[in-house]
Amino acid sequence: MNDASRLDKRFAALKAENRPALVTYITAGDPGFETSLDILKGLPAAGADVIELGMPFSDPMADGPAIQKAALRALQSGQTQAQTLELVRAFRREDTQTPLVLMGYYNPIYRYDVERFLDDAVRAGVDGLIVVDLPPEHDDELCLPAAQHGIDFIRLATPTTDAKRLPRVLGNASGFVYCVSVTGVTGGRAPTSQHVERTVGQLREHTHLPIAVGFGIRNTEQAATLGRFSDAVVVGSALVECVERAATPHDAIAAVHGLTRELAEGMRRAR
Amino acid sequence: MPQHSMQPDANGFFGRFGGRFVAETLMPLILDLQAEYDAARGDAEFQRRLAYFQRDYVGRPSPLYFAERLSAHLGGAKLYLKREELNHTGAHKINNCIGQILLARRMGKTRIIAETGAGMHGVAAATVAARFGMSCVIYMGSTDIERQQPNVFRMKLLGAEVIPVTAGTGTLKDAMNEALRDWVTNVADTFYIIGTVAGPHPYPAMVRDFQAVIGRETREQMLAQEGRLPDSLVACIGGGSNAMGLFHPFLGDETVAMVGVEAGGKGVDTGQHAASLNGGTPGVLHGNRTYLLQDEDGQIIDAHSISAGLDYPGIGPEHAWLHEQRRVDYVSITDDEALDAFQLCCRQEGIIPALESAHALAQAVKLAPTLPRDHLMVVNLSGRGDKDMLSVAHYLGEKFQ
Repeated sequence: MNDASRLDKRFAALKAENRPALVTYITAGDPGFETSLDILKGLPAAGADVIELGMPFSDPMADGPAIQKAALRALQSGQTQAQTLELVRAFRREDTQTPLVLMGYYNPIYRYDVERFLDDAVRAGVDGLIVVDLPPEHDDELCLPAAQHGIDFIRLATPTTDAKRLPRVLGNASGFVYCVSVTGVTGGRAPTSQHVERTVGQLREHTHLPIAVGFGIRNTEQAATLGRFSDAVVVGSALVECVERAATPHDAIAAVHGLTRELAEGMRRAR
Repeated sequence: MPQHSMQPDANGFFGRFGGRFVAETLMPLILDLQAEYDAARGDAEFQRRLAYFQRDYVGRPSPLYFAERLSAHLGGAKLYLKREELNHTGAHKINNCIGQILLARRMGKTRIIAETGAGMHGVAAATVAARFGMSCVIYMGSTDIERQQPNVFRMKLLGAEVIPVTAGTGTLKDAMNEALRDWVTNVADTFYIIGTVAGPHPYPAMVRDFQAVIGRETREQMLAQEGRLPDSLVACIGGGSNAMGLFHPFLGDETVAMVGVEAGGKGVDTGQHAASLNGGTPGVLHGNRTYLLQDEDGQIIDAHSISAGLDYPGIGPEHAWLHEQRRVDYVSITDDEALDAFQLCCRQEGIIPALESAHALAQAVKLAPTLPRDHLMVVNLSGRGDKDMLSVAHYLGEKFQ
């Protein structure tokens, strides 16, 4: 295993700068492999500190309409798990520093075969996994095997995760903790910052891992507000909507990078 | 001797199937539900109220009826029909809904959500929500809304809001995705009444227990009428709740053969079917590991069946386990075979079955002539066919024009 993972190094560096991380989510293969690769390659220069790359799934139960549609676009363009790993490989040829986390649902990984997936993910340069439908009760399915491969397993803490349950949720967590700011699906209503600040405070009593806040964060103002007290802010639906609205692949690339730049500039003024 | 009549383990597994593959937001609630259900099971007052509603509201016990003319017509086994279609709301679905709504009230929930395919579970959920004065939202695929109009109107009459789901192909799996999204958003006040023996633990075992009244009654009734246990049980399977309800109390009886009938659609080899065990592979969807219709990349494939209630790309995890244990024989019946059996039952017995149940009847039509006259076969007549009038008329009209 590496001494310090890309995620650990990145968060340590940002802490030294006293700056929250911008975590950007895009769906792999949306709207097609080549455009998606161009979007991915340009994200670090546009200001993304950590990249979440969605593995498209036909039945994304925890996602709102924006990410559902993104997954559908990707699948219709022929995106597969193997191609998602190929995207990561292609990205890593140019960028060896930016942490990249795959996010999605368990079935496509299970079907690919867990061991083979982890081997291929390590080789491709994946740093972590967020798998929505694997609670800690099922850590032996993927979380523990991932740890053996040196891949971080990022855990979601939600508004329903109470203090009694938190130790279990955080037990095998690594990389960072994803604080889900509202009950609901991705891209829904926005959280109130007072509420999130309290939740992040409670989480800090249970973990030394960096805390990222996500779900329902759409603009620079929200991102900057939440970035004052959290270690990272995740923006997803707003970015994939840029792809949805774009008339051409070129427009999609420009719009995603444009919004990423705005978010990054806003967050640099957060503290 | 292998133990077939098992409870799932602490994580909800029947062998390697089942589990609790849900988002963290739902986990605390699912753990609460399990604790509440465990308490209710041992609570005499809960069981007394459940029995009361089953008797005076649902109309149980449902008859075990000797289908004399159909048996003579087929010229073999002695066919009995378990008349679940005579239940209030016209199907077995109400057995489970009554149980779950009593639990919802114990947990202090005020809002009911449910998914539905054919609309029978939606009607049953809307019915119990009306009876207990709770608000109710039903998610139903837009394709299913089109082919099950009478049930959509029934749900609305009962005060439920029916939300059309256009994602995917607009059938049962898409409705279930949308119900899960609602649940994860409104987790504090909402109880999700899952209609089949699938979903995260404890649903598969809980729904099975509420449906097992079918098998317990069948056992008593057959002993009373024939002085012995049946030789075989036949039931249709979408998610598999009516089949599990009939089978479960007999799993320990080695002499009782069981046949689960999946929807073969246009034929399992055409790719257009809903036969998860006969045409699927293990995977994880909707909170449990089970057999699924999926492609090589783990993407779920849309199911096809003439019967909206069987049009689901998965199956309850306990069925997956019983399949691998070879305790239950799982077969498939095509749309055409089901339609033939549908008409046969109408004309021989004066009973219009649901298209779902017609799949079980079609298997009985195949099996009965090959069996001796003293073979006692029970077919679960899980629902009545009123809801299917429009689609059957459409299909037969198209076919025989």
